[in-house]
Amino acid sequence: MGLFDKAAQKSPWIIHFDCNSCNGCDIEILACLTPLYDVERFGVINVGNPKHADILIVSGAVNQKNQRVLKNIYNEIPEPKAVIAIGACGCTGGIFRECYNVMGGIDTVIPVDVYVPGCSPKPEAIIDGVVKALGKLEEKRKKMKEKGEENPFLPEEFTSELVEIPSLTSETKEPVSVSHNPEEPK
Amino acid sequence: MDLLLKILIGLLTVIIAPILGGLIAGLDRVITARFQSRQGPGVFQPFWDVIKLFGKERFAVNGFQILYVLVSLAFAIGALLMLILMQDILMLIFVLAFSTVSLIVGAMCVRSPYSKIGAMREIIQIMAYEPVIILMAIGMYMITGSFSIESIINYQVANGPLFFQLPLVFISFIFILTIKLRKSPFDFSMSHHGHQELIKGLTTEFSGMQLALIEITHWIENVLYLGLIIMFFGNNIYIGLAVAAFCYFLEIIIDNISARTTWPWMLKISYSFGLGLALTNIIWLYLKGGIM
Repeated sequence: MGLFDKAAQKSPWIIHFDCNSCNGCDIEILACLTPLYDVERFGVINVGNPKHADILIVSGAVNQKNQRVLKNIYNEIPEPKAVIAIGACGCTGGIFRECYNVMGGIDTVIPVDVYVPGCSPKPEAIIDGVVKALGKLEEKRKKMKEKGEENPFLPEEFTSELVEIPSLTSETKEPVSVSHNPEEPK
Repeated sequence: MDLLLKILIGLLTVIIAPILGGLIAGLDRVITARFQSRQGPGVFQPFWDVIKLFGKERFAVNGFQILYVLVSLAFAIGALLMLILMQDILMLIFVLAFSTVSLIVGAMCVRSPYSKIGAMREIIQIMAYEPVIILMAIGMYMITGSFSIESIINYQVANGPLFFQLPLVFISFIFILTIKLRKSPFDFSMSHHGHQELIKGLTTEFSGMQLALIEITHWIENVLYLGLIIMFFGNNIYIGLAVAAFCYFLEIIIDNISARTTWPWMLKISYSFGLGLALTNIIWLYLKGGIM
């Protein structure tokens, strides 16, 4: 385990995105930051900026309107990154799964690494999820090393696989079919 | 031989200053956590953060960003070296201003509105604190008759600390320090804390290595400003260190008990209270008949 790997384990910065959740999960996520649980003692900081973040925590079911925002945030996080789906809605769509505008769990839009089920999950479960995501981060760092990063300062040289973002001006009325595999045609 | 010694001191400074600054930042976080009755991270947490940021994927919105970040770091190191090697204090202030300005240009060269507003607020901060720092240099010149830090220290060794002749300038310098250390209530261009109204202000569009370099620059600047506090007690470095530590502790308390303000309020208070105190001190020195 190199120095960079250890540092990645020691300071996971999270960004929290609320995909239309009922706020139950959001309150539990914020409870992790309170003096009782105090995740900052593990180096976890709740940053508001995807460009500074390592772990994306998403609560709530994705719908047609906010999937674009979610993908945008996912693409803006530099590698290595991990995604945690929080709560029943985040994992599968929950009771909103059959709604006309809901696409389902977070994994219908972006690749998810850790699922934390529950309605709503306890702060202990969420912290456990973050610890599991740290293992994923380490795997991704290894993959990143194998790929190698050349000429890192140019915007063309994104090394992460970008998730496709549907155009806002698309004229089709029917729901856009989405997959997180860029090769697969729409 | 003299030159060799200076180079050695310079090299040591470049190595030690970031380590010292990081430790100060770590202590800051621990003390802040204790104020909020949390356990808080370890003292070495800022180092882990910076090492992690170096290991992240590198991408830039604009290829020139990294250049401005490096220039900012270089000027900050230059200013610190001028202090350690006892050069001209007026030049030190200008070099330090260049460091901040290049960071502003770096934040301005991307299209993000958050980054741009953060940069504009940083310019307003420069407007607020720079006059007081210049007045500090003028005050020291009026007493010692020289802008050279070496002569200022020599004067203090012979005649006692400058603090007793520049008490009001010292208070207004501590006031300005709140702006420079990016502490609440004046942390509106870029806050240490996760959420603010501008996402992350000045550093919104910097990520990975660039952010790490900005953090190191900030550490070096903190060390430099604490060094300027010590300059008020040039005859005895231990008293200076104690006062600097106390002032930093005071800043942490102020950071924890106050809410963020708006920039018009900061300009008003720093031009009336800060500049007023410093000017009063200078006028008093003039009437007393200092060297002019």
